[in-house]
Amino acid sequence: MKKVLSIVLALVMVVLCFAACGKTDDAKTDDAAASDFLVGAIYINSQNDTAGYTFAHHNGITKAMEQLGLPKENLKIVDNVPEDTEQVSKAIDTLANQGCKIIFGISFGYIDAFAEAADKPEYADIIFSHATGYKSNDKNFNNYFGRIYQARYLAGIAAGLKSLELNNNSIGYVAAWGTEYAETCSGINAFALGVQSVNPDAVVHVNKISTWGDEAKEKAAAEALINTYNCCVIAQHCDSAQPQLAAANGKVFGCGYNSDMTAQAPSAHLTAPIWNWDVYYKLAIETAMTDPANFMSKVGIYYGGLKEGFVDISPLSDNCTPETKAIIEKVKAMMVNGEWDVFTNVKLSIDKDGTITKTEGALKDNKGAEVISADGSTYYTYNKDTGALEAVEGGKDACDGVIKGSMNYYVAGVTEG
Amino acid sequence: MNSLDVLTLFLFNIVIYNIPLLYGTVGEIIIEKSGSLNLGVEGIMAVGAIFGYLIGCSANSLTVGILASFICAGLFGIIFAVLTVTMQANQNVTGLTMTTFGVGLFFFIGKGLSASWPVMTQYENINNGFKNPIEIPLLSKIPVLGKALFSHNILVYLGIFIAIAVWFYLNKTKAGLRLRAIGENPAAADSLGINITLYKYVHIVLGSGIMGIGGFYMGLNLGGSFEGSNCWINGYGWIAVALVIFANWNTLAAILGTLVFGFFNTLQIYSGSLAYAFPKALGFLDKIPSQLYQALPFMITALVLVFSSVRKNNKSAQPASLGLNYYREER
Repeated sequence: MKKVLSIVLALVMVVLCFAACGKTDDAKTDDAAASDFLVGAIYINSQNDTAGYTFAHHNGITKAMEQLGLPKENLKIVDNVPEDTEQVSKAIDTLANQGCKIIFGISFGYIDAFAEAADKPEYADIIFSHATGYKSNDKNFNNYFGRIYQARYLAGIAAGLKSLELNNNSIGYVAAWGTEYAETCSGINAFALGVQSVNPDAVVHVNKISTWGDEAKEKAAAEALINTYNCCVIAQHCDSAQPQLAAANGKVFGCGYNSDMTAQAPSAHLTAPIWNWDVYYKLAIETAMTDPANFMSKVGIYYGGLKEGFVDISPLSDNCTPETKAIIEKVKAMMVNGEWDVFTNVKLSIDKDGTITKTEGALKDNKGAEVISADGSTYYTYNKDTGALEAVEGGKDACDGVIKGSMNYYVAGVTEG
Repeated sequence: MNSLDVLTLFLFNIVIYNIPLLYGTVGEIIIEKSGSLNLGVEGIMAVGAIFGYLIGCSANSLTVGILASFICAGLFGIIFAVLTVTMQANQNVTGLTMTTFGVGLFFFIGKGLSASWPVMTQYENINNGFKNPIEIPLLSKIPVLGKALFSHNILVYLGIFIAIAVWFYLNKTKAGLRLRAIGENPAAADSLGINITLYKYVHIVLGSGIMGIGGFYMGLNLGGSFEGSNCWINGYGWIAVALVIFANWNTLAAILGTLVFGFFNTLQIYSGSLAYAFPKALGFLDKIPSQLYQALPFMITALVLVFSSVRKNNKSAQPASLGLNYYREER
């Protein structure tokens, strides 16, 4: 009896398998109704976080889906997935089996698992989209990140104007990492260039804590900057609001990151560079729903900035003057309409009444070496092995690659320590 | 800023940022001396932290906060006592469960409150009680060291006092002797008529309570800011477990251990400042990779372990029956 039952069950399973396959085929041919469209996401932390990196992405995806009229249940999540290729692959399989048509991975270390999955023939009709990475293919695998450096430049202007107002040229920057990652490095440089556009004599002191999440160290690093160098503004590239609390406590000012930290430190906060992840997620999900075959030509490798509204700064707090607001809006407009960008051979000098002067010239690092040539045609980075300064192939087109992946110097006026 | 001020600040920070380790370590030493290995330090500190903070704020009193963190963490420790002493569950697994549960409870409560989370600066007694130092007369006037070591808030002094008091209790009192006997050989202690279960319960609760104050301290040090992505304790509970070995189960040595760990912990942040303030003498600090600073305390613990195990007279004070449950019927 048991044998018969097991044979029957096995047969039922086989039939169901075919049925399931048939269903996916149907879905491919039919124009699936919007409400059937499933979105997959793999998170490094919990989907229930109320702040931080995973929270920002989760918020972005849910907001985008709401705008597109997709119900909440259509988002399938595997969370708390560490940067381990095997575990990420399993998460991808889970989401693919649930029928997700686009899968987002938000952490850098997911890169290899995503590249492998995208190449599998059985996943050819699924779009893989990986944040912060650099790999892609021409059919169904892209990466996405943003020009947060543009927002940092604007925050730098606010900090620089504050330093002029206080007559103090010392500005602090609490960074998770320094030149090790192009992401932190380009952020520090853009901020420093923003500061220097209004206060050329200012020095940005970087205190690097060498970890992405340690609130006590973030606080201690800010205190060290305030007390050692007498910094009047504390900027940050780390997750928590501790540097801003330390700034408030030390009666100085600060620029947060990721969210408007004015609520946490009302007496100190000026403005914070922020991400609007929903801008990308809306574009990606919409394209995947309507025209998945052309995803790579329509969305492709995404590197949105102020223009797309993907990055921005939080509203200037009352600690900033109205003149600051006017100047920042002018510079923002220049970046939005593509007239000027941060890492070029053109430097902005802004005087107090808001007149912007452009000067052409080489960009130098803090050792005096040219890192962008005077005609703007060549970008340089340091070779990781030999330590020698080398020109990056590709001329002007190399710019984004340098900012995203290989920048490893500080511009003049930045010191670490 | 004057270079000596940077040095003072560096030394001051070693103390102010790392005293929670002392609470954790002393609490764990008490529990381990009773023969129980409690790996739940992280979770117990988290529970002490959140309840101490919330109750302390609602009463607007630092003292109430300290008591609440002690009592709540102690009550939380009872779970460990019931499971391992009464129910004879595996101590390692139970300890790990306590960590997961405690940290989970921390996030659960914190996220549940979200908008109604109390802001520390609005509770003057707590805010000022923690931030305004109590200067010890005369000693605090010593240049550099005075401000660094003898001008702290009440919780720093309380931590040092508890460490000394526990040392005295363990080594100089009858109850302490009995406790140590239980940790070494519970069967022998039992045959002398010592109530093993009572002793274990009391000391697990006491030790957990002390850890809880440490957690409360960490929350206050972060300005009571709950952001939901990191736990306030952030691994300090685990460092405390390592420090117990470093201190060789001696609460006075734990003070030293805390300062050694704290030294390297703080050096990473202050290497740049010190190199700036003393370019000739300490300029090299800037050249050392920060990863080395992070690894050094753990390398030192490993070295201490090696030394204490190769020492001929083998004076390791690890209780002989640590981690083993006591079955009276098997005596």
